[in-house]
Amino acid sequence: MRALLNTALAALLAATTLLAGCERPPVDTVQRGYRGTGMELVYNPRTAVIVAESNQAPPVTEAASPDGPKAGQIYKNLQLLGHLSIGEFTRQMAAITAWIAPQEGCNYCHNPENLGDDSKYTKVVARRMIQMTQHINADWKPHVAATGVTCYTCHRGKAVPANVWFAPEPPRANANFIGDKAGQNTPLKVVGLSSLPYDPFGPYLLGAQTIGVGGATALPSDHVASIVHTEQTYGLMMHLSNSLGVNCTYCHNTRNFKEWDGAPPQRTTAWHGIRMTRDLNNQYIVPLTAAFPAARLGPTGDVAKVNCATCHQGVYKPLYGAPMAKDYPALLAPAAPSDGLPPPVAEARRSVLYFGVDTPVLEGEQAKGLDLLVATMATDRQAKARISGYHSAAGNVEHNHELAKQRAFTVRDAMLAAGVPEARVILAKPAQTAANLSGEDPEARRVEVVIEK
Amino acid sequence: MAEYQNLFTQVQAVGPANLGVPLGAGHGPRTGTDLPQVHLFGRIGMPQVGPVYLGSLGVASLIFGIAAFNIIGFNMLAQVNWDIVQFIRQLFWLSLEPPPPEYGLSLPPLNQGGWWLMAGGFLTVSILLWWLRMYTRARALGMGTHVAWAFAAAIWLFLVLGFIRPVLMGSWSEAVPFGIFPHLDWTAAFSIRYGNLFYNPFHALSIAFLYGATLLFAMHGATILAVSRFGGERELEQIADRGTASERAALFWRWTMGFNATTESIHRWAWWFAVLCPLAGGIGILLTGTVVDNWYLWAMKHGVAPPYPPVFPPSVDPATLLQGVK
Repeated sequence: MRALLNTALAALLAATTLLAGCERPPVDTVQRGYRGTGMELVYNPRTAVIVAESNQAPPVTEAASPDGPKAGQIYKNLQLLGHLSIGEFTRQMAAITAWIAPQEGCNYCHNPENLGDDSKYTKVVARRMIQMTQHINADWKPHVAATGVTCYTCHRGKAVPANVWFAPEPPRANANFIGDKAGQNTPLKVVGLSSLPYDPFGPYLLGAQTIGVGGATALPSDHVASIVHTEQTYGLMMHLSNSLGVNCTYCHNTRNFKEWDGAPPQRTTAWHGIRMTRDLNNQYIVPLTAAFPAARLGPTGDVAKVNCATCHQGVYKPLYGAPMAKDYPALLAPAAPSDGLPPPVAEARRSVLYFGVDTPVLEGEQAKGLDLLVATMATDRQAKARISGYHSAAGNVEHNHELAKQRAFTVRDAMLAAGVPEARVILAKPAQTAANLSGEDPEARRVEVVIEK
Repeated sequence: MAEYQNLFTQVQAVGPANLGVPLGAGHGPRTGTDLPQVHLFGRIGMPQVGPVYLGSLGVASLIFGIAAFNIIGFNMLAQVNWDIVQFIRQLFWLSLEPPPPEYGLSLPPLNQGGWWLMAGGFLTVSILLWWLRMYTRARALGMGTHVAWAFAAAIWLFLVLGFIRPVLMGSWSEAVPFGIFPHLDWTAAFSIRYGNLFYNPFHALSIAFLYGATLLFAMHGATILAVSRFGGERELEQIADRGTASERAALFWRWTMGFNATTESIHRWAWWFAVLCPLAGGIGILLTGTVVDNWYLWAMKHGVAPPYPPVFPPSVDPATLLQGVK
């Protein structure tokens, strides 16, 4: 009897040790796909409570009056927010302080002797981050929708957001004969303590390595993706899953991860999110590397970069989708420049010209975008120019199609006027004339001209 | 408690060491006749330990096997900077990885898969030599070679995974790493890459044979233990001279499911189920990537898997939809 008891105790001890890494049951499952397909979300109600507590939006301060003098008239060196009223500006600054440096206060970024002074690196970084926030809210609607983001979405009262990533340390210099880990097989939190490649960010959130690895056809095609590549994508997906507190089926069709058919719409949002993160790292974060002191940089001297967890922090929508941004209109979009259009793309064999809202007229700088291309047409007598017009997704579809066509006509007329023979100009209607998903985007209202042989 | 209801062997025949049958010409006389008898071994099997026949095949196999084992082990040890504590702590995560994809089937540098190639080669030689040893030892005893052929089925799967399929795919990187968790991650990645292995019919067959083999083994083991009070464990005698144990066991199964295997045929059932598990599995792996790139799409195309009614609004790969949008 005693032996039996000992055996039972030993078995219990062994089971406890083995299961120490697991969450205790029960968990909640929510069916969201067709029955029997395993399209279920799994939640641990005990963990969910803790996560919920730490993901609440702060109270919104009372809106300030848009009347009164402009901040730019009162303060010096206001590069981004000078168009706000002094009341709005002060409220926005106070909010940023509470979101990012509640302990240190204004002086975390500002020189108290001279508020306009840019000598503190934190101020230089903060200005760029305001631009980044405006960029996200204005140009990344397919991911952040109307909810948008504020500084608080990532910072949560901390100067450095809790979830950032650095490039991993390179392998030991003397490990060139034996002991290469091939960048994997290390139990790190970023890949959920698995043995998957431990830098799932560099290739995808900085570089643009293809994420989709599954074959698009039943039989082999020219599609090549190695197992190592698959494991890298797998590592990235583990990160998404951890960051959002969801399992694979939140975005994927369980039957085949590659297949978009039958996949929840969240997958499209996530698709844009990955590209947004890549854009932010490359356009905003990495160029700031030199601004930071060495103590803020990673083991290889790289800047702290963003990933999904930076905003999401364990929740499917940051702060459970609390619409904070609408209360801080200065962060919703950059102050409109004179014509609000990007500069035209002017290359020898390709031009992209941008148009104002609901107009087929080529204005100001934009017309000059054709100069180089017209010069090429003049020297290369065989060249033909193909013109395609596009429109943004806002507004009536019929009207927009006509608009895209009229824009193409405008450009054709401009080329004819510059002496290009009509026979060498081709008007090509694109398969999809809408060039963005929703709303206005200056980059969508465009005409592309490409020289083809 | 009745003897046949115990977890452990209740009868231990302890006597002079059994040296086996005479082996005939070409075999030396038995050396070492004072063989140990271990009571604890007797609880789960035969109390007598040995004689072990190693022979030149066995020695060669062990040399190659130990070489492979050491290459893998020392690579893992080097990965944790020769720290024994970390080696033990991270053992399940550590691995010797095959060459990266860019090397194809060419010879990579030692530290970029060269060690893997060497370890894999040595391990293969070791296993093939061990197979020869199983075969020749069985012949030496005048036995059939069923064990060797069952082992060959497992070797088939091993070779498909580590050699035949990588060669057909033109890349060593397709092969399995030598590591505990890493080989499991390989399995998951393999399934994701090739469109969900559950839609691979040979994978399904392999699983059916795997579970079938365990089921058959459980049924057979239970039946024989249950009739051992009637002498049912003397299976070979029962084949030719069916006694009450066999009659009762057979009637039990006819009563409960209408049909029964015989004392002889149950062993053929079990052997084939066990052997077909890696055989079918190996075929499934071999076809993956070489002739089928996405098993889910293949199964949908051929009506193997049913389509389900849509639940979500249709979604399309945004990459195919957008032009010039970031």
